[in-house]
Amino acid sequence: MPDTAVASYTPLDRKGIARRAADDIPEGWYVNLGIGMPTLIADYVPADREVIFHSENGVLGMGPAPEPGHENRWLINAGKQYVTLRPGASYVHHADSFAIIRGGHLDLCVLGGFEVAENGDLANWATSANDTAPAVGGAMDLAAGAKRLWVVTDHTTKTGASKIVSRCAYPLTAIGSVKRVYTNLCVLDVEPRGFVVRWMVDGLDFDTLQARTDAKLNRD
Amino acid sequence: MAEAMDGIADGATVLIGGFGAVGQPNALIDGLIEQGAKDLTIVLNNAGSGRVGVSRLMELRRVRRIVCSFPRSSDSTVFEELYKAGLIELELVPQGTLAERIRAAGAGIPAFYTATSVGTLLGQGKEERRFGERNYVMEHALPGDVALVEAWQADRWGNLTFRDSGRNFNPVMATAARLTIVQTQHVVELGDIPPEQVMTPGIHVDRVLHVPYGDPPLF
Repeated sequence: MPDTAVASYTPLDRKGIARRAADDIPEGWYVNLGIGMPTLIADYVPADREVIFHSENGVLGMGPAPEPGHENRWLINAGKQYVTLRPGASYVHHADSFAIIRGGHLDLCVLGGFEVAENGDLANWATSANDTAPAVGGAMDLAAGAKRLWVVTDHTTKTGASKIVSRCAYPLTAIGSVKRVYTNLCVLDVEPRGFVVRWMVDGLDFDTLQARTDAKLNRD
Repeated sequence: MAEAMDGIADGATVLIGGFGAVGQPNALIDGLIEQGAKDLTIVLNNAGSGRVGVSRLMELRRVRRIVCSFPRSSDSTVFEELYKAGLIELELVPQGTLAERIRAAGAGIPAFYTATSVGTLLGQGKEERRFGERNYVMEHALPGDVALVEAWQADRWGNLTFRDSGRNFNPVMATAARLTIVQTQHVVELGDIPPEQVMTPGIHVDRVLHVPYGDPPLF
């Protein structure tokens, strides 16, 4: 095979990762999307697929962002962005909102990640044990409480270090919770044997993917 | 206002409602700044922003300790400066654990178990117990001496409604303090709020102040 074949794939951009994850969310699920890239996923769920979005600050049934000039200043999401409601939406207070999370009533939570490990551990809130004023928000509750936890992330850091690891080095958000990871290169399931490759971008082969990954990958 | 804030002692634990700029009792926070109590423990989701409100209270060095889930926001410079200088204590609590600790205090439950934070830095040093197939950490109730709450409507009995996502921590905190002080956009007659639409019953409310300030600022 000529050397040029090595570079013959195109990683997904942030929107592409969000779109790929959105493809896998079925009709009828209750879903919480974390701040950042996960929030983009809502834009790629087709309007005719009824997925009900939850926000930690007590909103069930969020719709898309409002048109500029039509913001309701009393209606924000957990990222403190203005949102809208779909017909059928409801409000609860914070303790009830987290009872929904902690009680296992959400079908899915999607979070971003600094590192995901092959045992399902997630690190996404602090980059060192003595981080100045770390902020955790609702990430630990969501990661431990939702029925399924998916992570969307670039496969590597800007300097090329793998974010898909055998064990997390950063402080953990939750242990053994991640079920699936969507990266700019692939989709991985977390199973008892470790990471299993479910999908790769066009033109990427298993060995190239493994070379960019700290953790051992298993073929589907 | 002075009457509304009367009796808040030095060293008090103050629960403050709101999430971001929505449902935040800004007039009562200003009242607390005026009132002068110091050595406070402040419980709220964020550690203030800009140089006003809770940030101003911290800048005046009236806050000994802050209990929150998300201290770092785009404009939380006052907190960050004090924290780096070792001039304020931070108890970082996962957001759902924070809400439930306050709820438990209001419901007379001294402690509870949750899977949140098991195996993490925030679970360290906490009693851990196994129920079924899973480990849980014990978390203690978090009562306040005072709760500052923002409501949309209030009547003479202190029955409250909240507007849109302005509900957030407000009804939970209203139950969990010995003194609950409310600022409300609208004062209504008894019976104007249909019973099934009362979100916080007046039993939890001690004082109501009418502050019709309009909408939260756009950000």
